[in-house]
Amino acid sequence: MIEWTNAIIQGVLLGGLYALFAAGLSLIFGVMRLVNIAHGDLIILAAYMGLSTTILLGVHPFVALIVVIPAMALLGYVLQRGILNHTLGPDILPPLLVTFGLSVILQNALLEIYTADPRKLPGGAIETASVDLGGITLGVLPLLTFGIAVAVIAGLQFMFYRTSLGRGFRAVSDNQDIAQLMGLNKAHVFGLAMALALAVVAIAGILLGMRTSFDPAIGGGRLIFGFEAVIIGGLGNLWGTLAGGVILGVAQTIGAKIDPGYQILAGHIAFLIVLAVRPNGLFPRVEH
Amino acid sequence: MSGPVVTRSTRASRFAMVIAGLAIIVLATAPWWAGRAEIRLMGEIYLYLSLACLWNLMAGYAGLVSVGQQAYVGFGGYMLFALTIFGGLNPIVAIVLGALLAAALSVPIAALIFRLKGAYFAIGTWVIAEVFRLSFAQVQSLGGGSGISLPVAIVKEIGARKAAREANSYWLALGAAVLVIGAVYLFLRSRRGLALTAIRDSETAASGLGIDIWRTKLEVYVVTSAFTAIIGGLIFLQKLRISPDAAFSVNDWTAFVIFIVVIGGIGTLEGPIIGTLLFFALREVLADFGTIYLLVLGLVAIVVMLKAPKGVWGLIRDRFDLELFPLSYRVRKDKE
Repeated sequence: MIEWTNAIIQGVLLGGLYALFAAGLSLIFGVMRLVNIAHGDLIILAAYMGLSTTILLGVHPFVALIVVIPAMALLGYVLQRGILNHTLGPDILPPLLVTFGLSVILQNALLEIYTADPRKLPGGAIETASVDLGGITLGVLPLLTFGIAVAVIAGLQFMFYRTSLGRGFRAVSDNQDIAQLMGLNKAHVFGLAMALALAVVAIAGILLGMRTSFDPAIGGGRLIFGFEAVIIGGLGNLWGTLAGGVILGVAQTIGAKIDPGYQILAGHIAFLIVLAVRPNGLFPRVEH
Repeated sequence: MSGPVVTRSTRASRFAMVIAGLAIIVLATAPWWAGRAEIRLMGEIYLYLSLACLWNLMAGYAGLVSVGQQAYVGFGGYMLFALTIFGGLNPIVAIVLGALLAAALSVPIAALIFRLKGAYFAIGTWVIAEVFRLSFAQVQSLGGGSGISLPVAIVKEIGARKAAREANSYWLALGAAVLVIGAVYLFLRSRRGLALTAIRDSETAASGLGIDIWRTKLEVYVVTSAFTAIIGGLIFLQKLRISPDAAFSVNDWTAFVIFIVVIGGIGTLEGPIIGTLLFFALREVLADFGTIYLLVLGLVAIVVMLKAPKGVWGLIRDRFDLELFPLSYRVRKDKE
């Protein structure tokens, strides 16, 4: 019994990481209806940026965030203004295909620079540190990851509903043309949204890299986990996304408990069940 | 009698049909005049051409942008292996039966993923492909995660000797490409094709004219799935070995196919043909550069999408008002 409780708690903590994968995806879709197929590869790019920073500067991966977050945010802004803004419109094909092309480019560029060898970020003592809670041992890193995920989502929620930047995001999300008439430059607002999304991606990438080994080919899988968390939680609801991540994480750890080969499959099946039973997700945003 | 008449065919299109017919005859004789390496390459080209036509039918006409067609490529491949090894079927029969099974499976899958809209539909199809990959990796009798080879006895059923086998798989690939292009062409010329074209141009207007959009899209999805499974079977009949990672590779069976269609010209029948030729030309030129080739391919696709979203064929068609597959109607003054 305690083993199953343990599996569920580990799954909840894993869900924090998936919610971080998903938060950027959710933000971008909410603001500009863009689904970024390269999202997972950007997470892996952030992990590699963290790797290079830790090696070059000899710092801990958490310190590397000081470099990786601004770098990814800048990349996001430039990417959005330089390429992605030109793909937005009534037709869904251009953004989809351009980000798909971007995904292939990123994967192969990383392969060219870092080779296909699996790498890991050196987390030091925190990787093995744990706390004991009545027979259940919790890793400090997964706990910290979950805490960061909650903080990031709370921060995004606050930003979205309490700041002028968030008001801009909501305005272009509701009606781009009227927002433009009200003096917002939508190209700039979209750039800021992508910058913010990739700042979250930077955090997700570093935490992923400390938790498991990574290689250039695993981006697609991370995109899928993020996407599943978004759909399970319900489109447009950030706290729902966290819940979606948790459900996905728990499904995976329970699947792995039954048979290690079923871990990822169990997550996909949980997603398909939610899609069959509640097509709008478990906590869809109420339409005003 | 004089006055305006409405026709579909033009002089260019009739000329193109004659050329295409001659080309098919010449290509069919390739095993007698081409080398083994060329035969293999041409077989691969036909199979990619078929995949591109099928993806184009879905994305370019039905608006179903899938990044998960590798699900059906891999399924068709695995059915070839499973039905020949355990069912004792002839490989061709196994491939056809695999296509029917793929069609049957695609109906409940469509019922699920059609709930997702636009780009989310695309990722949903990818999830399905991953479910397929992980499920087949669990089947130990098919080699689990490491894969399985086609037993020699079954390989011999395609042709007793290597040369005969290679010629036979070449003809199968050529036949499949002709079948797929012909089927897509006739489908688009039919009443249902007209409905599909109307949906492509405006879903709202099409629905207002009484077209059942959901049903039309479902038909396209099911038929495309079945044909994609046939191509998958033929791909792995050439390779003689299958593994989950090769069978359900998103790069090999979807990324390349999407690039082919986008570069050639999406939403036209000529586009995938031009795209396939350009893709293989680029691949042969850049073959020695490894991953650089994929970087270039991705860049070319992005530039085409941004600068010429109708692709190479779109540029040609706009410039010369050319249509090799006569699909649209033209009004012309009768000369007689």
